[in-house]
Amino acid sequence: MMTNLGNRITQGQFSFLPPLTDEQISAQIKYALKNGWAIGIEYTDDPHPRNTYWEMFGNPMFDLKDPAGILLEINDCRKTYPNHYIRVTAFNSTRGVESPAMSFIVNRPKKEPGFSVLRQEKEGRSIRYTIHSYATDKPESERY
Amino acid sequence: MSEELIGKERYKPGVLSYKKMGYWDSDYVPKDTDILALFRITPQPGVDHEEVAAAVAGESSTATWTVVWTDRLTACELYRAKAYRSELVPNTGPGTKNEAQYFAYIAYDMDLFEPGSIANLTASIIGNVFGFKALKALRLEDMRLPVAYLKTFQGPATGCVVERERLDKFGRPLLGATTKPKLGLSGRNYGRVVYEGLKGGLDFMKDDENINSQPFMHWRDRYLYCMEAVNKASAATGEVKGHYLNVTAGTMEEMYERAEFAKSLGSIIIMIDLVIGYTAIQSIAKWSRKNDMILHLHRAGNSTYSRQKNHGMSFRVICKWMRMAGVDHIHAGTVVGKLEGDPLMIKGFYDTLLTTHTPQSLEHGIFFDQDWASMNKVIPVASGGIHAGQMHQLLYYLGEDVILQFGGGTIGHPMGIQAGAVANRVALETMVLARNEGRDYMREGPEILQAAAKWCTPLKQALDTWGDITFNYESTDTADFVPTTTASA
Repeated sequence: MMTNLGNRITQGQFSFLPPLTDEQISAQIKYALKNGWAIGIEYTDDPHPRNTYWEMFGNPMFDLKDPAGILLEINDCRKTYPNHYIRVTAFNSTRGVESPAMSFIVNRPKKEPGFSVLRQEKEGRSIRYTIHSYATDKPESERY
Repeated sequence: MSEELIGKERYKPGVLSYKKMGYWDSDYVPKDTDILALFRITPQPGVDHEEVAAAVAGESSTATWTVVWTDRLTACELYRAKAYRSELVPNTGPGTKNEAQYFAYIAYDMDLFEPGSIANLTASIIGNVFGFKALKALRLEDMRLPVAYLKTFQGPATGCVVERERLDKFGRPLLGATTKPKLGLSGRNYGRVVYEGLKGGLDFMKDDENINSQPFMHWRDRYLYCMEAVNKASAATGEVKGHYLNVTAGTMEEMYERAEFAKSLGSIIIMIDLVIGYTAIQSIAKWSRKNDMILHLHRAGNSTYSRQKNHGMSFRVICKWMRMAGVDHIHAGTVVGKLEGDPLMIKGFYDTLLTTHTPQSLEHGIFFDQDWASMNKVIPVASGGIHAGQMHQLLYYLGEDVILQFGGGTIGHPMGIQAGAVANRVALETMVLARNEGRDYMREGPEILQAAAKWCTPLKQALDTWGDITFNYESTDTADFVPTTTASA
């Protein structure tokens, strides 16, 4: 169990708030759609801070402009992967950005084991640090 | 119109007025490839303002005080900067309380400048001319840098977009804090502050501008303890974290040594101070690009010449130069904090750092359209006397591409540094959520924060401690133009 406030990983825009309700998630989706951003849903069982490529639950929904439809997809992903991390990302294709404009977590495993720091002592007092996901001690299909 | 003498008359030995030498031409149409500068000129009493504008053009380009025949060996027409417009600054001159000032527009051919060198540009533009006797005071207000010239500069080592991708943080301002007290902590104690702030929820901690390598803490000690703190906090939260390790030192060699050590320890970001100088900044920006490092710039020293309105230079020009020189972060004002900052002027600074095309906007102090030629964006940093209770105002005035640095507002929290960081992060996320939901968060801000304080005790304590603290002083650097509404036909 992680020991920070909330006992959880704090990636994404809203990890310090109580879990978002479906209504709150819909409001955020509306905001993204209003700005012309496409929503993508991604899930993982390895939340290492540098694990950039979570699995895509389908391509970003460039042509779906209905918040209710997108929420349906999110809930479908939650049903399929109830014990994974799931994040919602909004992609902004405007010149000068062309990168995610929003990203927030909408599902977590019941228990979040967190990470350890591995220290490899080097010459002098230097240390090489490795951050290790406890979850990855088990094979891919057996975590959580 | 030009009053330039031509032929033999022009080159008779002796002294000529600058207008007659060819540095004034009100018919001149600036080329797209010209570098343009706008100066605020306060002429000595009795001196014609167009002549002074011509003098500034002359002294910042080819002129010397007397006629020289060697001009005739060159394409001197091209190399002479041209003052092409001079107009009274609003609210100055006869009938006002202020002595007359003039905005002088000057065009420089691009070939006057070495490609890719801020030092060369500034040696002309803010060189000798600032001490010129015919002027009472002189201020560089704005510049337009042509695309062809911009393309000779690297620009930000990382840039706002890529920095967010590396940090995996989108859609909200970043949060930081400067370690306090800024001087005196040992390396071990210093790292404690860094760890607590990062674990509590900040994205970055930061060295202060004057923490380099002093008797109480040598730089290697600081780097080692800070990286322990950064990695431990990263594991405790699952987030990418960083500490701006200040590599400012007495020589470039020493700075590279510190930067290399920071890199070898896995730091994602280093820091420099503006006082190291333009060339040193460009050098370390090149190093940063080559070594995947984010580069933070503290603007130490700028107020010496940017704060007073009649002499020196505007900070918006520093913003332009620093974007070209290649920094990723620059302190650019808070609006609501303890340091100088008129909201309209700060909007101009932020737009200069963050837009791909900055349109002319006189009320924000932007005199020229500026196409940034795909140059990376610099993230502005808001630091100095800000706290969680101002979150709605900070988000409203500064937007989301900004780093909010709460030093005292984190470390001074009654329940400790982690609690201070939690309070700031909760306040931030609450406000971004409310903004995205379409709420009138500027008006409802205090209620939104109080509602979050009901379930977040650290935020409640922060609001109880600092809720009413404001710094309401009049700014000295303000806009000369106010927007007027025009009746529509």
